[in-house]
Amino acid sequence: MQTRPAVRRIAGNLVFLAASLLAVSFIIFAVMAAVPGDPAEIMLGTSAAPDTLAALRSELGLDQPFLLRYGDWLAGLMHGDLGLSYTYSTPVAALIGERLAVTLPLAGYAVALSLAIALPLGVFAGQRPGGPVDIVATFFSQIGIAVPGFWIGLLLILGVALTLGWFPTGGFPGWQAGFLPAITALTLPAIALAIPQAAVLTRVTRTAVIEVAREDFVRTARAKGASRMRALWRHVVPNALIPVVTMLGMQISVLMAGTVLVENVFTLPGLGTLAYQALAQRDLIVIQNVALLFAVIVMGLNFAVDTLYAVIDPRLKATR
Amino acid sequence: MTRTFTTLAAAALAAGLIAAPALAEPRSDVIVGMAIEPTGLDPTAAAPVAIGQVVWKNLFEGLTTVNENGDIAPQLAEAWHVSDDGLTYTFKLREGVTFHNGKPFTAETAKYSIDRIIADDSVNPQKVLYSAIETVEAPDAHTLVLTLSRPAYDLLYWLGFPAAVMVEPDSEATNATDPVGTGPFEFGEWKKGNQVTLTRNPNYWGEKPALETVTFRFIADAQAQAAALTSGGVDAIPEFAAPELVSTFETNDAFKVVPGTTGMEVVAGMNNAKPPFDDRRVRRALMMAIDRQAIIDATNSGYGTPIGSHFSPSDAGYEDLTGVLPYDPEQAKALLAEAGYGDGLQFTIKAPNRGYAERAAEIMQAYFAQIGVTATIESSEFPAKWLQDVFKDTNYDMTIIGHAEPLDIGIYARDPYYFNYDNPDFDATMTAIADATSAEERLAGYKKAQEILAEDVPALFLYAWPKIGVWNADLEGLWVNEPVPSNDMTGVHWSK
Repeated sequence: MQTRPAVRRIAGNLVFLAASLLAVSFIIFAVMAAVPGDPAEIMLGTSAAPDTLAALRSELGLDQPFLLRYGDWLAGLMHGDLGLSYTYSTPVAALIGERLAVTLPLAGYAVALSLAIALPLGVFAGQRPGGPVDIVATFFSQIGIAVPGFWIGLLLILGVALTLGWFPTGGFPGWQAGFLPAITALTLPAIALAIPQAAVLTRVTRTAVIEVAREDFVRTARAKGASRMRALWRHVVPNALIPVVTMLGMQISVLMAGTVLVENVFTLPGLGTLAYQALAQRDLIVIQNVALLFAVIVMGLNFAVDTLYAVIDPRLKATR
Repeated sequence: MTRTFTTLAAAALAAGLIAAPALAEPRSDVIVGMAIEPTGLDPTAAAPVAIGQVVWKNLFEGLTTVNENGDIAPQLAEAWHVSDDGLTYTFKLREGVTFHNGKPFTAETAKYSIDRIIADDSVNPQKVLYSAIETVEAPDAHTLVLTLSRPAYDLLYWLGFPAAVMVEPDSEATNATDPVGTGPFEFGEWKKGNQVTLTRNPNYWGEKPALETVTFRFIADAQAQAAALTSGGVDAIPEFAAPELVSTFETNDAFKVVPGTTGMEVVAGMNNAKPPFDDRRVRRALMMAIDRQAIIDATNSGYGTPIGSHFSPSDAGYEDLTGVLPYDPEQAKALLAEAGYGDGLQFTIKAPNRGYAERAAEIMQAYFAQIGVTATIESSEFPAKWLQDVFKDTNYDMTIIGHAEPLDIGIYARDPYYFNYDNPDFDATMTAIADATSAEERLAGYKKAQEILAEDVPALFLYAWPKIGVWNADLEGLWVNEPVPSNDMTGVHWSK
């Protein structure tokens, strides 16, 4: 009885998700087709003769009509065939697969770090507003929000990697080099990504903790003899997590965008550098697929966050 | 200079004394940093210079080659003979050469490689350079005969160029990802987005390279390049991207800073078909309004060589023509008045969004203002938008771009080309170069071509792009100059 509305809601969300992705795929394709810059021309450079250009355009299928090319792409996607990169001459799926093996762990690492910083800092700051922890937290979140991740990355390279020598200044040895070297290479970039995110999450956690602590049920719990700590962990924190999770969901798109710059600063062979390069080279087939994948990740995670609400907050199960 | 040298020598000696017992064997690997990752490893299928910078001379070789001085030299062809009418080229091919996949290199392979370039459906980016070739014959296993439809002495130069390397037919389809050539190194591994590794070819026909492995690491960001050098993550950056950071390496004994030149000319191209740029006096005035050295100082921390024509000091036959139209704002004003623009002039500079071009545009804007010329700067995304607007549609007044193609002075004779420049005298000079049957005749032609452009300034000639090499002080044999985009690793070795 209780689960039916939740199931229906999730199913509805899934249909909406699929329709949105279709729309997004069309928008991406249309934008890439409209953006000036002929991939064949960029590949062949300024010396190419017109007949050479025509030969390459036909080889790449660029001489086909717009809708046919879009249809081909979608049909390929259904079969898991993402096409062949113009510039790398490699299957796009393999290219993206290699890059995801860097970007997903990096993003996950960054989220874990930001939660590890933001949750304790935010909770303790919210518990005693105006106290010493709160002053540190406020200072940290103000700086962290103001400073972009790629700049933190540059500072980390100059201030940490070069002076201490514990971390490489950039590059990625690959997971086959072993877990420790790989994770070491990802640490500074993850910190650079995590700090701005942790700053936002700290602020949200702090506010949520302050607000929930004022609620009647917390006062009731205290009146019934719950210790300050028990009230905090048993009643305040679980309820304060809802806005934190919401914010985390919203931050995922910011995080994905941040990887583009941070990966470039640390020369990590991730999805961000791939997207950046492909855009400059007008490797349309790569950009389309990477952009769609970003959309899938962001929309999929938002969907997951939406579903997660139902788990965290039973009240949401009944409504909507 | 002398003091630096003495210090260096002393440091090297001291380091040598201490390190000698421990490091008896010099290293046999090297990690080279490059700013741009190649897109595919087949130089016969795509133009980006980064492809040649990894594979040319290392993996792939041509019939001829271009050496560090920009001269034509033998490679897979030991010798050649050009007929008196300049229409028949007979090459004697080197014997005992094999490709990395074990297949022999013969006249048949050479014929195959060249036929592939000139084929109707060829996607070779430089196909136009080989358009004079009419037929290719292989009368015996080690003789190749090219018959031309018109004289083209430069063909010998272009046959040494990355786009004309010899390929093995069975590997043609996979060369972009798994290249097979005849060079001193074999393809090892390509970690996309990160690095390409080459390994020594044990069956190389020539002198074996000292290095066992060469790794090209791709680091786009200039700060990150500096950090990688300092931390030892790379041993050499042949084209260091941050001139403003060079001084830290100049004062560090562990590194050598080696400034050289490249074949890239930075010019401010003008739309010669459009007023006021169709008036030679205006073009000359604009050239005289600019202090080239000031642009070099501001865009490249002083690294780079001022040029007076579309030729680089790394090209064979280079002449310094910066004195033809030197910085002289008074003379420039007088010329403008003579052309009827005494009250001033307005136009737009479409600058590609590259640091050097944007900075140069700003400085030029200031210099132009001194002679009463108002230039508006408009940014243009490079390469895509710029190629479309400026290069293809010639929808521009003035632009700033580096022409990286080696020996590309001939672009001014091309029709159509984005300068919209038309000078029968220049065209005739280019034809004379093609008709040459000796190296002397060819170079004399290039001298004249340079001089015509210096007087006529279809584009404002600014400077030859610097090749700022920064590498480990113990590393030797890297090229100082770069007439063709390349990182020839054949002679590179560690001194200790």
